[in-house]
Amino acid sequence: MAEKKLMKGNEAFAVAAIAAGCRYYFGYPITPQNEVPEYMARELRAAGGHFIQAESELASISFIYGAAAAGARCMTSSSSIGIALMQEGIGSCIICELPCVIINVMRGGPGIGSIQPAQADYTMVTKGGMNGDAHNIVYAPSTIQEAVDMIYKAFDVADDYRNPVIICVDGMIGQMMEPVVVPEFKPVLEEKDIEKVKPWALCGHKNKRDRNKINSVWLDHTELEVAINERIWPKYERAMKELPEWESKNLEGAEAVFVAYGSTARIAVEAMELLEEEGIKIGLIRPKTLWPFPDAAFDEIDKETTKVVISVELSMGQMLQDIKLALEGRYPTALINRVGGMLLTPNEIVERTKAVLGGMK
Amino acid sequence: MKPVFEYTNAMRDKITHYCPGCSHGVAHRLIMEVLVERGELGKAICVSPVGCSITAHQYMNVDMIESPHGRAPAVAAGIKRVHPKGAVFTYQGDGDLASIGGNEILHSAERGENICTFFINNAIYGMTGGQMAPTTLIGMKATTCPAGRDLDNYGMPMRMCEIVQTMDLAVYVERVALNTPAHIRQAKKAINRAFEVQKQGLGYAFVELLSACPTNWGMQPAKAMEWVDKSMIPYYPLGQFRCPEEVK
Repeated sequence: MAEKKLMKGNEAFAVAAIAAGCRYYFGYPITPQNEVPEYMARELRAAGGHFIQAESELASISFIYGAAAAGARCMTSSSSIGIALMQEGIGSCIICELPCVIINVMRGGPGIGSIQPAQADYTMVTKGGMNGDAHNIVYAPSTIQEAVDMIYKAFDVADDYRNPVIICVDGMIGQMMEPVVVPEFKPVLEEKDIEKVKPWALCGHKNKRDRNKINSVWLDHTELEVAINERIWPKYERAMKELPEWESKNLEGAEAVFVAYGSTARIAVEAMELLEEEGIKIGLIRPKTLWPFPDAAFDEIDKETTKVVISVELSMGQMLQDIKLALEGRYPTALINRVGGMLLTPNEIVERTKAVLGGMK
Repeated sequence: MKPVFEYTNAMRDKITHYCPGCSHGVAHRLIMEVLVERGELGKAICVSPVGCSITAHQYMNVDMIESPHGRAPAVAAGIKRVHPKGAVFTYQGDGDLASIGGNEILHSAERGENICTFFINNAIYGMTGGQMAPTTLIGMKATTCPAGRDLDNYGMPMRMCEIVQTMDLAVYVERVALNTPAHIRQAKKAINRAFEVQKQGLGYAFVELLSACPTNWGMQPAKAMEWVDKSMIPYYPLGQFRCPEEVK
C-alpha cells in the first residue's frame, strides 16, 4: 500500500501530473493556484522535464499548443480570468485535436473578481468560452485525493479523445491540505517513440513521409463542416456515453435531492446530516464530470418521495440549467447558492432548504 | 552533365495563392533551399502565422502548424522543447509579430529560445486587405489611415530588429530585403546563418525580410521593388545587428 502524505491541494495536483507522465508544464502566476507552478519549478526539471514561466496566459496555452502538437504530455494551470484569457488557444487545441490537461482553480468573477473560492466558471468550461462548436471534457473533484486520481487519468482521456481536459476545482480544494496517496509514476513517452504512438505529431518528416500539417484555418468552409461533423462531434457522442461520472447518496425516500460538486458537495453532505437529525431526508447527486454532464444520474431519483431537486452551487444557477435539461421537467427545481467568493455554510443550506420545502407545501 | 540549377523539391508542386510581385514566394523558396542544402529539411518544423502565409504548408514541404494570431514564438518554443534537435522556425508577418504578437517575440528573445524567426515586413496587413501595420511608414496610405500614417494619430513605425537586438540572448539579428537579386542572395545567407545558430544551440535567431505587397500598396510589382529601396530601406536599414563569431 502506497504511503499517505499530507499535501496542499495545488502541490498534489502538480505531483499527480508528473506521476501521469507529464514532463511539460507552462504557466503564469495567478492566485489561488500559484503552488502548482511553484511545485513544477522545483520538481519538474529534477524529473527531467521542462518548466517555463510564461509571459502571459496567452503564451501558456500557446506553449501547450506547440508541445501537444509535438507529441508531448503537457499541462497548464490557472484561475478563472486566466482561463478566460486562454480560450482562443483552448479552442485551437480542440479543432486541431491536440491533447492537453488544464487545471482551473476557480475564484470569484467576472472581471478580476475575488481571490476566494467560487464555481462561477461552470458555463465557461462546460459550454464554451472558446468560439465555435467545441467542448472541453471537465472533471470536478471534491477532495484532494479525487483530484489527484482525476488528473492522473485525465492525461489518458486527453490522449484518447485528442481533446483538452479541464480539471475544475474551486480555490478551497487548491488551498487546503489533506492526506493523499500519490499513484505510481508512469513511464514517460520518449521523444524517439512519439512518431510511432502519435503519427499525426510534428516530429519532422525525416525525408521519409509527406509533411504533417496541423491546421486551424479552413479556407474551404465545406471542409470545416466536415471536420466538425465527422471528426469532432463523433468523439463528443462517444464521450457522452463513456465519460459521465457521478456519486449518488440517500436517493431512496428522499424528500429533496441536492445536486452539488466540488467542495460545495462536502458542505451539502454536512447539511444533509443536520437535516436528517430533524427528520428531513435529503439525497445527493454529485457530478464528478461537468461535461459530459451525468444526465443518467437523475433517473435514479426516487419519484415516489422527491418533491424538488435543488442545485447547491457557488454561482448564479449555472449548473441549474444543466440540471433542468437532465430532468426534462420531471421535478421542480430550486437554487441554493452564494457567489463572488462567498461560501455556503451547512447551517445556511439547512435554513434555505427548509424555506424551499416550506414554500412547496 | 551536372545541372547548374534545379528548382528545390522542398517546395510542393502547387501554384501559390500569393499575388503577383508578393515576396512570400521568394521567402518560402529561400528557406526551403537553405534547409535542403543544410540537410535539415527532414527535421524542420514550421509555425505559420495568421496572415497571407497561414497556409504555407501548401507550399513548404516541412511539418507545420498554424498558430493562433501572434503566438507563433511560444508555439515554436513548446515544439522545440519536445524536439530539441529539430530545426524549428516561425514565419510571421508584421501584424502577427509586431502588433498582436509583440509580447511573445520579446519574451522568446529574452529567454533565448533556440528557434529561428523569419519576419516578413511589408509594412501592411495583407490578408485582411491593406490595413495599417505597426511597421507602416509615416505618410504611407492604408485603409485604416486613408490620408497616410501621421505621427499625431498613429505614432511611429516599429523597428523590430532594433528592439529585439536589445535582448542579450537574441544572438543573431539581421535585416535583409527581397527586392533585388543582390539582396535576395544576402537574404539566403542570413537564413542559413539563422539555422546555423540554432544548430549550434547558440540562442535565438531573428531575420527580418523587407518584402513587397504590390496589391495593398497599389503599385505595379516592379514599382513596388523600387519602393522597398526608396522608402523602406532608409527607415529600416539593412545589416547585421548581432552575429555570433561562430557563424560569421
